[in-house]
Amino acid sequence: MGQYVIRRILTAIPTLIFISFVIFALLDLAPGDPTSNLPQSIPQEVKERIRQALGVNDPFLVRYAKWGYQFMVIEPLNALEKATGLQIGDSENRLRITSWTSRGKPVVDIIIERLPQTIWVVGTAYLLSLLLAVPLGIYAAYRQNSLFDQFSSVISVIGFSLPTFFTGVLLIQIFAVWLGWFPTLYNTTLRVNDWATFLEQLRQIAMPVAVLAFFQMATTSRFTRSSVIENLRMDYVRTARSKGLSEQLVVVRHVVRNSMIPVVTLVALGIPGIFGGAIVTEQIFAVNGIGQLLITSIQSNDIPVVQTCLMIFAVLVVLFNLVADITYGFLDPRIRYS
Amino acid sequence: MSITAGAAAAPPLELQGGRQRKQRTLWGDAWSQFRRNKLAIFGLLLLGTIVAGVLVGPLLYPVDPKAIDIMVSSQGPSAAHPMGTDDLGRDMLARVLYGGRISLSVGFVAMAIAIVVGTFVGLLAGYVRRIDNLLMRFTDMMLTLPQIPLLLVAMALFRDPLRQRFGLEMGAFIMVVTVIGVLGWMPTARMVRGSVLSLKQKEFVEAAVNVGSRSGSIMARHILPNVFGIIIVAATLEVAAAILTESTLSFLGVGFPPDVPTWGSLLYYGRNYMTQFPWMVLFPGLLISLTILGINFIGDGLRDALDPRQRS
Repeated sequence: MGQYVIRRILTAIPTLIFISFVIFALLDLAPGDPTSNLPQSIPQEVKERIRQALGVNDPFLVRYAKWGYQFMVIEPLNALEKATGLQIGDSENRLRITSWTSRGKPVVDIIIERLPQTIWVVGTAYLLSLLLAVPLGIYAAYRQNSLFDQFSSVISVIGFSLPTFFTGVLLIQIFAVWLGWFPTLYNTTLRVNDWATFLEQLRQIAMPVAVLAFFQMATTSRFTRSSVIENLRMDYVRTARSKGLSEQLVVVRHVVRNSMIPVVTLVALGIPGIFGGAIVTEQIFAVNGIGQLLITSIQSNDIPVVQTCLMIFAVLVVLFNLVADITYGFLDPRIRYS
Repeated sequence: MSITAGAAAAPPLELQGGRQRKQRTLWGDAWSQFRRNKLAIFGLLLLGTIVAGVLVGPLLYPVDPKAIDIMVSSQGPSAAHPMGTDDLGRDMLARVLYGGRISLSVGFVAMAIAIVVGTFVGLLAGYVRRIDNLLMRFTDMMLTLPQIPLLLVAMALFRDPLRQRFGLEMGAFIMVVTVIGVLGWMPTARMVRGSVLSLKQKEFVEAAVNVGSRSGSIMARHILPNVFGIIIVAATLEVAAAILTESTLSFLGVGFPPDVPTWGSLLYYGRNYMTQFPWMVLFPGLLISLTILGINFIGDGLRDALDPRQRS
């Protein structure tokens, strides 16, 4: 197992380098200038010196290496210092990645401000979708071709066919504008410190969560269903039944446990995807999360923020791929030894 | 010579049955299977209606989608304007029909790019063992790229130069289609490769190798026709994905600009007026949803019909 884990981690490193290279190269081709947001009164020579100091004119690979060093070494070190309160080396003079627009604020600090909102919405939605989708998928598979199964199949196709931007807009129109049950906009200044504010928070994330969860539920329940159906046909199920185990025991102990193996993988792989989906949802419901940050910084041409956001999405993908592989290897010994 | 011998031997066998029976083909089987799936037929009718409407509609309903008439701005659905008008008095039905042409053609062209690249990579990886590992590594890496964020960035960065060269509409079209296609071929490549790997072990391929066929002709004559089923299913799902991606990009304001009506950009534009004039959002949104729903039903039906393992 240890060897398997190490092998997986080692293959993740070149992937991460590849992705960071693609992201850096893509943004490098973009027209954009860190001095374009400075006041007009600054003379051209000064601007040129600022550009030189920022290393804009260095060769491509030098800039890539410098940026990689900033992202992979300086920012993690800084985060570590903040978390532990320790002083590691000359932390004052380390060059952090700074935004071009928010008065040179370090990008990671901006992202840390935005992250809780995204995690609230995405986390609740994902949890909710799992809690509903897995039992639904199991039951639909067990009663294959029943009315319930057919109904839930149709619902799940509808679920991943309806674009989230349309369901979101519809929900706002129906539940916020006509019925007035939920607020139309996300209140970003709300601090959760007692029951009342917690309920308020639940009320305002209800609609974005519903949109994301419905979409995610459709995929997960479909996958769970087909995995359970596959397992119900296995020989070990016949063995379990013929040795006289109760039906409940056969399903819960044998079938469900085995069919959850691929589902666990799918769940891990789906997490980065739902972060991507949150971009749209955050835009509709005005949640000031990381997705909205990405869009506003694309619009204002704030390259460092865009780069860092993209890298965070990429790291999430690679990380959860790794988690999926490792849990799969842990749950299914056949994978480990092949 | 052996061919003539076979032909001479065949007729008596057929005569034994008295009447000549209709030949059963893979596609005939698939079609009869597909027909039994009510949802798939429903999807086919749904998509057929939408495609036909979008193609023929502008001929039957010759209203300029870009004609501004402030006198009739923001009107609800009526006899004169079946889907209402937007805030500048442009006819929504005409805009939805026009936008549908763009949205659907984006879907099909992006699918074509993704499928051609994916099939090519999958065939090569599955058939040529030396480059299999390399190609699949690359495919896996491409799959780990964060799709939507990367699409957003790519669109925002390269839109303007292309617009200047090819014009507003064509520039955006080329951009959207390329970006979606280039980031969408990987699932097809993996499916095709998997199928090629198992086909390669089959006797008929071995036979073809033994009679001395060249690799190229084995791939084209024997392997490619057998992976068609998979490719068709992948293509169906890819069309849905491409339409969805285009409308998402336009909705976020980086796809087609708001003055080029596509279903996504109509939604983006109408969103600001949604509370007062819901029809500006409802109709384009409904059409995207129904189109994708139809395609997904068809995709499900095709998968059941073309995968013999699932037949009972």
